[in-house]
Parts: sequence; structure tokens; C-alpha cells
Amino acid sequence: MTNELDIFVGNTTLIDEDVYRLWLDGYSVNDAVALRVRSGILEQTGATAAVLQSDTMDHYRTFHMLERLLHAPPKLLHQLIFQIPPSRQALLIERYYAFDEAFVREVLGKKLSKGTKKDLDDISTKTGITLKSCRRQFDNFKRVFKVVEEMRGSLVDNIQQHFLLSDRLARDYAAIVFFANNRFETGKKKLQYLSFGDFAFCAELMIQNWTLGAVGEAPTDPDSQVDDMDVDLDKEFLQDLKELKVLVADKDLLDLHKSLVCTALRGKLGVFSEMEANFKNLSRGLVNVAAKLTHNKDVRDLFVDLVEKFVEPCRSDHWPLNDVRLFLNQYSASVHSLDGFRHQGLWDRYMGTLRGCLLRLYHD
Amino acid sequence: MPGKLKVKIVAGRHLPVMDRASDLTDAFVEVKFGNTTFKTDVYLKSLNPQWNSEWFKFEVDDEDLQDEPLQITVLDHDTYSANDAIGKVYIDIDPLLYSEAATVISGWFPIYDTIHGIRGEINVVVKVDLFNDLNRFRQSSCGVKFFCTTSIPKCYRAVIIHGFVEELVVNEDPEYQWIDRIRTPRASNEARQRLISLMSGELQRKIGLKVLEMRGNAVVGYLQCFDLEGESGLVVRAIGTACTLDKLSSPAAFLPACNSPSKDMKEIPFNEDPNPNTHSSGPSTPLKNQTYSFSPSKSYSRQSSSSDTDLSLTPKTGMGSGSAGKEGGPFKALLRQQTQSALEQRGGSPHRFCRRREFPFFTLTAFPPGFLVHVGGVVSARSVKLLDRIHNPAFVGIMGNTRSYKLLDWNSFNSDEPETRDAWWAEIRQEIKSHAKALGCHAVVGYSESTSICEEVCILSASGTAAVLNPRFLQDGTVESCLEQRLEENLPAGCGFCHIPYDELNMPFPAHLTYCYNCRKQKVPDVLFTTIDLPIDATVIGKGCLIQARLCRLKKKAQAEANATAISNLLPFMEYEVHTQLMNKLKLKGMNALFGLRIQITVGENMLMGLASATGVYLAALPTPGGIQIAGKTPNDGSYEQHVSHMQKKINDTIAKNKELYEINPPEISEEIIGSPIPEPRQRSRLLRSQSESSDEVTELDLSHGKKDAFVLEIDDTDAMEDVHSLLTDVPPPSGFYSCNTEIMPGINNWTSEIQMFTSVRVIRLSSLNLTNQALNKNFNDLCENLLKSLYFKLRSMIPCCLCHVNFTVSLPEDELIQVTVTAVAITFDKNQALQTTKTQVEKSLQRASTDNEELLQFPLELCSDSLPSHPFPPAKEHLESASSNSGIPAAQRAVTVEKASPMSEGNFRNRSAPPCANSTVGVVKMTPLSFIPGAKITKYLGIINMFFIRETTSLREEGGVSGFLHAFVAEVFAMVRAHVAALGGNAVVSYIMKQCVFMENPNKNQAQCLINVSGDAVVFVRESELEVVSSQPPTANCQSSCPGGDVTT
Repeated sequence: MTNELDIFVGNTTLIDEDVYRLWLDGYSVNDAVALRVRSGILEQTGATAAVLQSDTMDHYRTFHMLERLLHAPPKLLHQLIFQIPPSRQALLIERYYAFDEAFVREVLGKKLSKGTKKDLDDISTKTGITLKSCRRQFDNFKRVFKVVEEMRGSLVDNIQQHFLLSDRLARDYAAIVFFANNRFETGKKKLQYLSFGDFAFCAELMIQNWTLGAVGEAPTDPDSQVDDMDVDLDKEFLQDLKELKVLVADKDLLDLHKSLVCTALRGKLGVFSEMEANFKNLSRGLVNVAAKLTHNKDVRDLFVDLVEKFVEPCRSDHWPLNDVRLFLNQYSASVHSLDGFRHQGLWDRYMGTLRGCLLRLYHD
Repeated sequence: MPGKLKVKIVAGRHLPVMDRASDLTDAFVEVKFGNTTFKTDVYLKSLNPQWNSEWFKFEVDDEDLQDEPLQITVLDHDTYSANDAIGKVYIDIDPLLYSEAATVISGWFPIYDTIHGIRGEINVVVKVDLFNDLNRFRQSSCGVKFFCTTSIPKCYRAVIIHGFVEELVVNEDPEYQWIDRIRTPRASNEARQRLISLMSGELQRKIGLKVLEMRGNAVVGYLQCFDLEGESGLVVRAIGTACTLDKLSSPAAFLPACNSPSKDMKEIPFNEDPNPNTHSSGPSTPLKNQTYSFSPSKSYSRQSSSSDTDLSLTPKTGMGSGSAGKEGGPFKALLRQQTQSALEQRGGSPHRFCRRREFPFFTLTAFPPGFLVHVGGVVSARSVKLLDRIHNPAFVGIMGNTRSYKLLDWNSFNSDEPETRDAWWAEIRQEIKSHAKALGCHAVVGYSESTSICEEVCILSASGTAAVLNPRFLQDGTVESCLEQRLEENLPAGCGFCHIPYDELNMPFPAHLTYCYNCRKQKVPDVLFTTIDLPIDATVIGKGCLIQARLCRLKKKAQAEANATAISNLLPFMEYEVHTQLMNKLKLKGMNALFGLRIQITVGENMLMGLASATGVYLAALPTPGGIQIAGKTPNDGSYEQHVSHMQKKINDTIAKNKELYEINPPEISEEIIGSPIPEPRQRSRLLRSQSESSDEVTELDLSHGKKDAFVLEIDDTDAMEDVHSLLTDVPPPSGFYSCNTEIMPGINNWTSEIQMFTSVRVIRLSSLNLTNQALNKNFNDLCENLLKSLYFKLRSMIPCCLCHVNFTVSLPEDELIQVTVTAVAITFDKNQALQTTKTQVEKSLQRASTDNEELLQFPLELCSDSLPSHPFPPAKEHLESASSNSGIPAAQRAVTVEKASPMSEGNFRNRSAPPCANSTVGVVKMTPLSFIPGAKITKYLGIINMFFIRETTSLREEGGVSGFLHAFVAEVFAMVRAHVAALGGNAVVSYIMKQCVFMENPNKNQAQCLINVSGDAVVFVRESELEVVSSQPPTANCQSSCPGGDVTT
């Protein structure tokens, strides 16, 4: 006696969160059944393995049918085939678009192309995430990227509108899209200590301050020629950053800057002497990073440079985080007192963001 | 009464990509009604076209309006080649034809294609303008309302219940026409869908005409079925109960339906009755909670099977002789005469078609209070028929493989006249009628008909419950004899229907009678089998449970007459065994009555399957069932004896466990109190069956031995051993779960609002090696048990909950395949709230009673009657007076108060309610096989939903195999039903039923086909929690505002 056909269809579509997770994690039906058996569900409910098998199959079929709709979440809301309460719809979407930290760290900043997709095998082996799940996550990144890439307006809003994600998840996707678009290098060994959250934090700051969308109130004027794009860095801004070079190129200015900072921080910093000794190196590092951002390649290496030029030197001198904060605040603020320096606005736009990023990146 | 049909095509969305090059579609729409077609403009390059068409107007006869569906086809425009069809929408415009239902159909409909399934949606608006035309000889029956619900619908009251209406229509099946060999599967499927739609329309119109003849205005319990007879054609037949219904005009007048669906039903006709002097039989008569005593007695259920011959039982209706009960007797006889005359009077009325009314049958399963006087037992009849066969070797199924068409693939003839089918059914009905007569009954309630077809053999079955009815509802409400009033006074609610309708000294079969354990005045049987729902006023102890008997019998493959004979020969044995199984299982559960009994016999090529489902309960009026005793026939064998005693112990343990599980603890009352047992000619339980293989000989099968309350099983052979085993293998549902196949679960009344309707289908393949009866039985049993287990597991998050209206359907699509389809609804209930709520409610209502209307008490009191037996009841007299003198009480005010007294407390509701659908545009449509929605009131019936779909695939593997294919299809059917209901302005389907699910596959060719037929009543319901907002306003204001409405009512 074998079950040729075995289905269960509810007027309200039944969603089992545990099975959904197993499905999203890319387990086959048999693996999922085995895992469910291990979870002790048989003992709790008095069911048999056959019942579990049938139940899992049913759910998998439902998820398979829902997957097409999940690719365009607004469709899930408007479709008539599956009657699902709104809270469940939100859960389905949110879980479908959720991703693994380990996976996203591997893919962050990479081009979301076929080439990368081929590497998913390796990523799967490396992270222990099933290939199926890797594919889903990768395809999600790519799908979101494709939809919002060319769109005007706030990146987070666009993602939220087209994929109905929670605010938190939409911000994460904004970071992923931003990184993928600008191809920031995140995979170097030096950067391994950084989490996705660190990068996402930086991405948000950069989107807020360094992109075209960040300039003025452009979005209010729909006919404005300025592209209100959140995904691309403001090229003009990057060009202008060259002007900051004067801060390290002009010896007087550099000395004055140093003395201002040192005067202000004397007695307040545990690592004052180290700071004083390293000031010029650090300043040069930070300003040079800015000056180099005109080149795409250097943009990609932004995080590598920041870690190399700032985070590592400070860390080797064992600066406490608070000292880093005091230093960066003073370092940014002091520039306003440099009479010979004319690019205060530019400096603030650059340093304001960078300061936030550096503080986030500064940990073990 | 011609009319103008107006259609507007607004927009489409989510259309499929039809042009690969542009990834877009150039869609336009054809709107067809009858022979007229309109087209919209082509909306270029869009998957979300906005046609915003003009109003397309069709001027048509109302006859066409009733028969024809509106057909909307969405196409992709192609300049160089033929336009590609995207899909179709059929809209039944019938609901627009009667004034109280929907006024407009407007909404998003799924665009359906029989090959691809749902492909996008289309927004359509449909209106109808009817012109009045008083043509006496009209062919249409616009205005007659149809309800699938098998009780008087919630917002109506029955003025008269006229009786049985039936009709059938026969046509050729397009799938078997010659043209089918050259047309595409899509064209063939669509021809079939359209034809069935047309035929259902015609059938409904014809039934409507009969109702008008009877001066009724509605059909309740309308059941329409298709017989796919293959080459001999397609039969669409329908039965129903004609009624004259009155709309209760103020929607606020409906009582909450949360606890028991029928509560309000019983009360409304009562309160609104034009003849208030009958009110003394108040529905919640105090006697209900007084349980007295119990002693054993015996059961009956009459069954019969016949092959081609009409069974003419000698009518044993000399009822005047030897009165049964002391006072009840003469009344009973009188009543019977009166009922009969009422029924005959109408049957013999000088109208045309009067022959239709010769059957006093009612498809209803629940009744207004006082309607059902006595219940005799189940009557059933079966007949094996041979469909004519004309050899047609050229026939090739649509898939080029006849194997996959087993069900349809039998041979043809052209025009089977409807008269033939009519005669077949008339014969069966006649038999049912005579069975009922033999039980001393003049009517059959809970009546239903079904068929099972395999190749050229067709089993026609009919069953119902013989009953004696109160003539008051059958007449034109003018004659109110004093008789019935006295009778009602004499009939205590809660046990009256159990009293035997037949004459004790002239019993149609040997039975074991005792005095009623409730009133102790009249005789009752020891076991009662019925096809109806548990009457609302019945006193039940404990909870009920689903009881199933399952059986397979192998049969040799044979042709034509030989086959029919073989089947006819097997039928009696199957019925006997099914009955035995039911009886054993009932006893094992410690219960004494079955409700909602449905026995389905399915014929296959090499086997017969029997599946009986019913809900077992313990009726307080009937005696305590005896145990089951096992007897071994091999004496002096130590180990064997030990084995027997071991089994006996197991059975006793199970009975004890079940009693605990279902909370069956009737008060212990010793025999002396009841008085001496009724002298019984035979102290044995006997099962009577009348088999009729062209003989009227009554075979009696002696089932019991010795002790009167024991049911003895002899395990002297392996067969019996197996029976015992199978008894013990039925696993009770996991804790927190209950199941029944009736509308409501006896013993549970605190439903909460969460419901989940579902359909589950399973097909198993039998390995042909082990085809013995035993192996088959085991397989079938396992199939059903596993299916139930799966359901319990899947719905575990709803615990505590009850599966209601569990409906199993068995079919045998191929030699080694068994298909079981289950549709049911899971309803959550509040485990803890039952007692407390009722108590507080009683207090509440008591306080209220002093200030407010007394009649309000009926409702809450009834709920607590079991828990608070010593509660003082309002005197019926007062009650009567208040009802009669205050007949002008605004209905709204009444409802408001009852509302507050309802045990569905506010908190209870709000916790459960789903989060508001903030951003979803799709409204939720509930579906349920029940006639009510827990925690809500039905405020409007929008019309009947009757839909037929075919789905076919030639890429079975790609669609996820048979399971993927059917899963998607069933989901699509639900979606289409919901969309139609939403377009009518409704938010639920009640009395939903999947009448057919015919699945055929051919995996070798990667093909499958499925036909599904569903029906139900589209309704608007309002949550009680929402109504509370209204009721929480100062009652005076509320009253004033609704007073005008109340005046209109009265």
C-alpha cells in the first residue's frame, strides 16, 4: 500500500513556521522529516513518522507554490489563490528574505553576477549553509538589486515598497545593494573581523551623506535634473575630496592642526603620547583615503585602507575606544579653526561619515 | 419577465506574459451571453490592462438569464496569427435575479484556463434590470431562492414547509462526442464546463417552477449532483425541500449563532409565529435538564437493497390498534392521520405536477422546534442498474488511453430519456416511502440520494430517517387544531423525538423497548440511528464522537448482467456488516444513538467499498447501552479461553476509557424506580433487514445471545477475530480534539471564532498480490485512520478544537486505486469557559429577566441546563403571555439583550480576532460546510454558489506530480469560490460541500485530469464583537433607533 496522492488544502493556508525554516534552510523533505523527528515532535503529538512525512510534503508543496509569489511580495498580497492572514504574509516574506550572516559576509561587495553564483558551491562548503539556501539568498540579493538599482528616491523606501520588508531588513538590503553596486572589498583577511552589521552601519552613513540622494532636497522636485540616487556615490563630491589634500600637503596647516588637537586633548587621553607621535601618520592616512576616492579601484578598497591606515595603527598602540572617539571628534572639529582651510563643508561631509564608520570599525 | 444584463470590464492584473519577445501581453476581452458577443478594445503591451469598457448590454429573456452563465474570455491579440486565449471566467448571474440577494456582482475574478489553471485576474461589474411581466405561462422561475443549507436559513422563518422537489436533466457528454476526436482538450473541457453550467441553470429553473406551483418561494437543502455516465451521457439531478420563507426584516433580530447554530432557528419562528397560542411548547422547556433513569432496550435501522425490483413491504400501519403510550397513543394516531392528510391533501391538490409531491420527503436535517415529533429510524434503499451499452470500438479517450478513463469509459447510447432515470429514482423513492410506512411514519427527513458508477453498472442509493412530523408546518398556517397543542404539552422536549412512532404490539421488527428515561411515559428503543442532525432540544449526556464503519469486498470482474447480479448479491452482506460494525463501535464508545448517518457504497471493477460515517451520542432518553461480550466456541481449551478473557478485558477497558473520554456518566438509577421492564417477547437484540432480491422475504439475523444488554461477538473464526481487532485498533483522537460529522458537536457549545475548512485527498495503490478481503479491509481501514491522524496532526495548533461535518467520500478510480476525499471544518472552542460563562450568564440573565423581557431567558438557560439542574425556570404561562401580548416588541431590542447575555463574552472574542488587515486588498472569505459561522451572525443570503471546474495537464511531472497538480487545483477552486462570493458582496460561504472530485491520471503519458464540483450559500456575516459596539450603546437610544424596523416586522 503506497500513497499515490496525498494532499491537504485549507481555506486558510496552513503555514508551519518550523517547516518553513527547514525549507528555507534548503533541506530536502527527507532531511526535514529526520530533523523534525529529532526535535521530539513525535513524542509531543503522538504522531507517526508517516504522518510527519505527509505533513512535511504538504508544506513543502505549498512553499514551492508560494515561492513564485514571494519573488514579488506585493503579488502575495493581491493574489487570490492562497488565503493567508496579513501577519502570516509578513512572516513569510520576512523569513524568505532573511539571510545568514555567514553567507552575506561572503558575498557582500561582490558583483551579483553569474560568476559569483558559480562560487556558491564553495561558499556552501565553507559556511555549511546548504547550496539551495545559498542560491535563494543570492537570488534575493540579486532580485532586490535589479529592482531598485535604477530607481530614484530613498533606497530603503524603495526596497520596502517593492519587497514589503521590515524596516530593519530593508536597511540591511540597502547596505547589500549599496555594497554590491560600489563593489567595496570586504573579503580581505584584514577585514574578516568585521561583521555584516559593521558594514551595514557604514553603508547607511555613506548613503545618508555621500550619495547623490544625500544632497539637498532634490526629491521634492520631481523634474529636477539631479538624479536622486541612493546607490551611487556622489561623483562630484568624490572629485572635490582632492581638495582636502592640502591638510597634509601644507606643512603649516598640518602642524597647526596637530597642535590644536594636542592642546585640546592634553590630559584627557590615556594614549596621548602615542597620539602625538602618530598624529601626522594618522592624518595623512585619513586625508589620503579621501583624496584617492576619485578612482573606482580605490573606492573599492575604502575599508581596507581605513583598517590599514587607522584602525590597525591605533589598535597596535592599544587605544581605548573612548580615546579614539575623543581624538576623532577633536580631529574633525579642529579643522574649523584652521583659517587657511576653505573646504569646511566638504570636510564635514567627509569626516562626519568617516568618523562614524571608524568608530564602528574600531573593535577587535 | 425579460431583463437587461449589463456588463462592464474594468481592468486586468497579473496577466501571464503572452508575447515572449516583449515579455508583455496585448489583451482584450470577449463578453458572451447566449449568442451575443461583445469585445473590448485591445489594451496593448501590459500585464495590468485598464480596459474601462462601456456597459455591454444584453437584452434577454429571464429564462435565459436563469439558464445561461455569463462567459468572459480574456485573449491575447495577435496580428498575424489566431488570438491566443488566456482564460475564462463564468459568472452565474442567478443571485441577481431575486430581490433580496445581491444587487451587483463586482470584483476581481481569477481568469481560469483548464490547462494552465489561474492566470491573472479580471475586474468585472455585472448588473441586471428585470422588467415585470405577469405572464402566467412563464417558463422561468426568477425569484425562487435556493439554499444549500439543510435547515431553515438563519435570517428567515418558515411559514410552510411544502415538501420534496426533484428534477433531472440528461445530455450527451461533450467529452464523448465525435467532435472530441478533433478538438483540443481545452475546447473539450470548456464545452463540458459550459454545458454543465447550462444544465444546472436549467435544472434550477425547472425546480423553481415546481416550487412556484406549490406556492412556495424557496428551496432549502438543495442538493445538485452530476452523474458522469460516460458515453451514455451526463445526468444532472437535484433534490430539495420547497418552503415558503419569510424574511425577518431587522437583521438585529437574529440571535447569536455562536454556540449552537440552531438556537436562533428554533427561537425565531417561535417568537414571530402568527399564532401565538401555540407558544406553550417553548423550546427550552424545563424538562430538558431533568434526567431520570435508564434501562436497556433495542434498536432498529431498516435497510434494504434491491436490484431492479420494487420492494413492497406490507404496510404495517394499523396504528389505531393497541395504543402504545398511555396518553400519547391516541394523540399519536391522530397526529399521524393529520400529518398524512396534510401531506396527501397537497399531493392531491388540483395543480399540475402534483405527482411530484407524492413523496413526503424532506432534505432538511435540522428543523424548527416542534416540527419533528417522532423519529422511527433509518430507511434506505439501493438499486443496481445497468446502463445501456452500445459497442463502440472506435472510441478513444481524449488522452488516447482508455485506461485513464476508466470511470467514463463505458459505452454509449445517444439519448437516454430523462424519463428512464426518473423512473429509476421514483422506484427507489417508493421503496423508501414504504419502509417509512412500515415504521409507522409518514415522512422521511434528512433525505439524500447518491449514485456510484463503474463502467456500465450504476448503484442508486437513497436514505433518510423515517419520522412523524407536526402538521402545523405543512399546512397553510390557518388551521390550528387544539390537538397539536395538547400534544405539544404532552411531549416533553428533549425526548419526544425518541419515542417510537410505530405500534408496540405490531412492531415492524423485533425491538427492545423501554419506557423513556426522560419522561417515563412513552416507549423508546434502546438504540436510535438517524440521518439527521441532533435536534437542538435533545438531552445529551457527555460529548459525541465520529464513528465510522469501513468495509471492502472483492468481486469478480464481470460484464453487464453478470456484474450487476454479483453486485446485487454482495450488497446485503455489505450492509449487514456495516451495520454490525457501527453497532459494535457505538457500544464500544458507550453510546446509544447515531446522528448524521451516511452509508456510502462504492462500486469498482473488482471490489465494493462501504463507508459509513455517523456521530455517536448518548441520549439521555434512551437506555444505557450494554457492553460487548466475547464468546469463544472452542470449549475446554485453556489458552484459548485465556485469550478470550484477555480480549474481553481489553474491550471492557476500552468502553470504560471511552466513557471517561466522552464524559458519559448518566445518573445511576436502579431498575425499581423505573418500574418493571416492559414485557418483551424476545429478550434478544435483533437486527432486521429486508433484502429484496425479487422477493419480499424478510431475513432476520440474530445478533445476540443470552443476556439482553450484551452484544455478543463470537470469535470462532479468523473473520470475527479480525472484527474484534479492528474494533480495538480505532485510535481515539488526541486529547483536545473531537470530531463529528454533524453540524455541531453534541456537548460542546462554547465555540470561539477560529475556523479552518479544508479538503484532503488521498489515493493509495493496492499491491495486487495481497488482494484478499482481509488485506483490503486493513488497507482501507489504515487509509482512513492515517488520514484522520494526519488531520489531527496538521490542525494541532488549533487545540482545543473539534472537526465538524467530517465528510468522507470514497471512490475507486482504477483497479488498484482507492481514493478518499475528506472535507471538514475545524472549529476552536474554549475549554475552560464553558461552565463559568454559563453560570455568570445565568446570573446576568436572571437579573435581566426581572427587568427585561422574559423570553430572552430561553437562550442562556438552555446552555446551562445541564450544569445547573435546580435552576428556577420562568413559568411557561408568563412566558406565553409576554410573547403574545408583546408581539410588537421591537426585534432589535430583543436581540440586543440576548446579545449581551450570550456566552460569547467580549474578551473571549477579541483575543481571538485576527490582526486587522492593514495593507491587504483581498478581503477574507470564510468557507465552512456548516450552516453557521461561530461567533458571528449571518445577516444576508446572497445566493447559491454552484461551480464546476475541469483541470487537465499534459505536464504532470513539471507540475509536481499528481499531488502537486491536485493541490494546486483544489487551491484554485477555493480561490474561485472565494472570488465569486466576494464579488457578490459576501464574506463567507456556508453549507459548503465538495460534491465531486473525480481524479484520473496517466503517469506514463505525463497527463492527468480532474473534475471538481462544489456548492454552498454565499452570505454576509457580521462578527458579534462588532455588533457589540452597537449593543453597548444605551439601550434606550438603541431601541428608539430601531423601533421603526421593529414595527415593520410585526
